[in-house]
Amino acid sequence: MDSPAISVEHVSKKFRLYHEKYMTLKERVIHFGNLPFEEFQALTDISMEIGQGETVGLIGHNGSGKSTLLKCIGGILRPTSGVIKVRGQLAAMLELGAGFNPELSGRDNVYLNATLLGMPKREIDRRFDEIVQFSELEHFIDNQVKFYSSGMYMKLGFAVAVSFEPEVLLVDEVLAVGDERFQLKCLDKIKQFQSDGRTIVIVSHAPDVLRTICDRIFVLDKGVQVGGGPAGEAVRLFRERLFGTGLTGAAPGDQPSAGTIRLGRVGVEHAHSSERQYLEPGEPMTVTVPYVATEPDDVVVALSIRDQRDELVFATDTEIAGQDRVHASGEGVVRFNFRSVPLLDGSYKVALAVRSCTSSRIHAFSDGQLSFEVMNPGKETGMVSMEVSVGVSPHVSAALVD
Amino acid sequence: MSVTRQSRVPDLNGAEDDTGRKASARKTLPDKPTRVVAADVRVWQRVGDVWRYRELLLSLVRKELKIKYKNSTLGFVWSMLNPMLTLIVYYFVFQVVLHNGIPQFALYLLCGLLVWNFFSTALPGATQAVVGNAGIVKKVSFPREVLALAPVGAALFFFGLQALILIAALLVFGVMPAWSYVPLLIPAVAGLVLFASALAIFLSAVNVYLRDTQHLLELVLMAWFWGTPIAYQYQLVANRLPAVHLPTWVFLLNPITPVVITFQRALYARPDPVSATGAVIQLLPSNVDLMWYLAPLLGVIVASGVLYVGALAVFNRLEGNFAEEL
Repeated sequence: MDSPAISVEHVSKKFRLYHEKYMTLKERVIHFGNLPFEEFQALTDISMEIGQGETVGLIGHNGSGKSTLLKCIGGILRPTSGVIKVRGQLAAMLELGAGFNPELSGRDNVYLNATLLGMPKREIDRRFDEIVQFSELEHFIDNQVKFYSSGMYMKLGFAVAVSFEPEVLLVDEVLAVGDERFQLKCLDKIKQFQSDGRTIVIVSHAPDVLRTICDRIFVLDKGVQVGGGPAGEAVRLFRERLFGTGLTGAAPGDQPSAGTIRLGRVGVEHAHSSERQYLEPGEPMTVTVPYVATEPDDVVVALSIRDQRDELVFATDTEIAGQDRVHASGEGVVRFNFRSVPLLDGSYKVALAVRSCTSSRIHAFSDGQLSFEVMNPGKETGMVSMEVSVGVSPHVSAALVD
Repeated sequence: MSVTRQSRVPDLNGAEDDTGRKASARKTLPDKPTRVVAADVRVWQRVGDVWRYRELLLSLVRKELKIKYKNSTLGFVWSMLNPMLTLIVYYFVFQVVLHNGIPQFALYLLCGLLVWNFFSTALPGATQAVVGNAGIVKKVSFPREVLALAPVGAALFFFGLQALILIAALLVFGVMPAWSYVPLLIPAVAGLVLFASALAIFLSAVNVYLRDTQHLLELVLMAWFWGTPIAYQYQLVANRLPAVHLPTWVFLLNPITPVVITFQRALYARPDPVSATGAVIQLLPSNVDLMWYLAPLLGVIVASGVLYVGALAVFNRLEGNFAEEL
């Protein structure tokens, strides 16, 4: 790869946040010289290089500065310090149909919007039919845009934006709008851009979308670039930042006062615990539950795994798992050995409870302190890791073709 | 992965540098220009930007025109009806009712009004241009001063339509222009447009930060109108200036004045007409030549050129935060 398509060098951006905006002359005179504002550091010393033909994602939660960075790259905002160099023609899809005027017809708006994005008139003339066809608005193109539905509005905006064929394309959450079919169309177009060798920078807070299309992802948090790298790894980092989770060895669980059995340091172990915090899909995992029983009792240890939205992913207990009763006396350890954890990305919470078989009493439980993280280095998305192989055969039986 | 290159469109020309404003860091492959986004942009680059973005400017002017008379039956005719009605009203009031003495006063007035209408249509629109287009400013990258220049372009179009009315009126009333002075109209219009553009750029940027600008402008324009010899005669003021120990050129410091009197001299063509009562009315100095008109016009052009660059410099400084302030 020769020199980068986009190079961002030590870019910082400060915003002024006015507590109360004094917009009129009178107010400005009255409050002259002491406008109450706070400086807000939206971006701090960001540096990155994006190679030609690369598809790069910027991820971060709301307020992380990802859109600000994209706007700086697009030249809409000027950084407070630092330099951004972009090679080749650039188009920014920050908002579909930005600058559409509701009073004008679809046709006029196509021309206006396209010149605004930098397309010369002759070029628009040449591509006009193509744009209209792509937007599927042939019958409405001479209607005023104010009579369009929001869906039609977006389709037209998208059709103009992609007609451009820029060398560098900036996309901001555009994929999140529109119906499913339209989103697929967006994705198709982006894939086509990729195969054409164009450079794409996409901003999103939806990691799964980015994972499927990006080569690399940069993670931003509070205006600071906290990491970047191959998609899977970056998504894990992002999840960690967002939820503040990771693979944790938990503190001893909450102890119901009446219980005669206490839990020790419950924990999650896996084959690679020493080198990395997270699991990869399909790897084995062990949950260890040490306990101390002050009075002997027959107990059942229950385990449940929930995802970030608190949806139950899996639950079992020692009885279900085939171990009759656990006779607890003195110190001991119960281990749940998972031969394989067929989960894709995410962080998961593990809850444990020790229940007496002789009475209805709960001796001890641990809820929410224990969690583990799964990171998918591959490109599959979803919740569950399924093993799949693809078979393609040149001959198809007649029955299938019909 | 092969890098496909677009057949570049020569028209956003040489500098496909698409926001044009960079050029400084052009390096390596000549066919793939680099654009640089940094804290500072040089003013001289901006001067060229307007030319590079002329297609966008034209497109925005067309938009202004289309929107103005959208859904109105008469459309552009309205912009011609306006001066036509003014002409008729003033004819009745000043000539039939008041007998103010200036022969064909309506024509005299129209010469000045033509200039003034351009000025007073362009500026309020331009002042609102950046604020009113917040949606575009926040989402698309291009030299924003083009937004401020679009209303000036639209005003120039209306200026053309109203000039047709003036020409028609001259024909109807049988007034012959002073042909030797007619070429002066070119520098006059050039100075006027340049001056209005400089103010347009300045005001559009300032209005983002001080929203009073648009209201203040209305008052200033009203005072300015009466400070320009449009509804009264130039000599009326020029004759009185020595009494207050001021040289006559003070009156010409108002950049609109040289433009207006040039229009009056060239089209109304009578510096000192004789009124119905037989008295000579001094409208313009009678013992001056072409140069007397040309010199202040050139002054206006040069001063406006300097103002234009100054306005761009102010715009350039303020523009950095537009997207945040809107």
